Amino acid sequence: MGMKLPRWFHQLGSPPYVYRLAERLCPWLRGLGVTLLVVGGYWGLVIAPPDYLQGESYRIIYIHPQTAYVGMMAYVVMAVASGIGYIWRLKLAHAVAVSAAPIGAWFTLCALCTGALWGKPTWGTYWQWGDPRIMFEALLLFLFLGYLALRGAFDDRDKADRVTAILAVVGVVNIPIVHFSVEWWNSLHQGPTIVRGAMAVEMLVPFLIMVLAFTLMFYWLLLRRLQAEIVEREGDARWIRELVAEGAP
Amino acid sequence: MSEFFLMNGHGAYVWSAYGITLAVLILNVWLARTKLLSALQRARELAAQAEVPRKQPTVRRLQ
Repeated sequence: MGMKLPRWFHQLGSPPYVYRLAERLCPWLRGLGVTLLVVGGYWGLVIAPPDYLQGESYRIIYIHPQTAYVGMMAYVVMAVASGIGYIWRLKLAHAVAVSAAPIGAWFTLCALCTGALWGKPTWGTYWQWGDPRIMFEALLLFLFLGYLALRGAFDDRDKADRVTAILAVVGVVNIPIVHFSVEWWNSLHQGPTIVRGAMAVEMLVPFLIMVLAFTLMFYWLLLRRLQAEIVEREGDARWIRELVAEGAP
Repeated sequence: MSEFFLMNGHGAYVWSAYGITLAVLILNVWLARTKLLSALQRARELAAQAEVPRKQPTVRRLQ
């Protein structure tokens, strides 16, 4: 082996370093995320013109793909962190995976709900059993819930980390299936608007602002949960005692 | 103004979708915050407990 790893790699394995890094990043992620959410939301709801085909209901496009995308991103973060944690036995990586799971579950549930609310005025139905996009997105939700339930079945945290890591990594095959489901099968769901470059600029700008806003919100939530996870796992480490003595909230 | 909220009959779908999304965002912020605060509270309790045993050996010696 003899491969020399860069310094930042070791720093990212150090819980106190990552905790303090998160503490510094969170106010920026929150401030920028909330600002863009307000700007993008107003732009999408008020300024952007109605769609020539779908009328006003298309405005769900400024939140629905974004929540679905955050759910998928959360899964990829969870799977990659699980893989790193499993291979290099890095506890911090497992902490990242555990932190991503509940956020991913909530956003995937949100994507299913906003999708249903878009489906009714567009396809005439809230839900279509057997529609590939809907089914694989629902599977994504069950992968998150299964991951969390499986964790709950273990008393030993290290064992839970290793077993659930395998589930997280195996389940990642679902991500490209969700993404390409609208192209591989005949689905009620519309195709990828952005990839085809089929969106008008006055709609594209608020759309991308909302993508960025949801991404920043996701990483803010992830880092806050990671901080909690680190404090729980480090227990009575000296740096945590110093941290609470310093008057951390 | 009411025309804007009705959105040609699509208002109920659009506004409930935005409402649900906002609720999920706020809920997640609250959940993450609560989790961190309770973890820090537990760490504070652990730190307080760690202070006590240090004094115990002297007590035992006296007995």
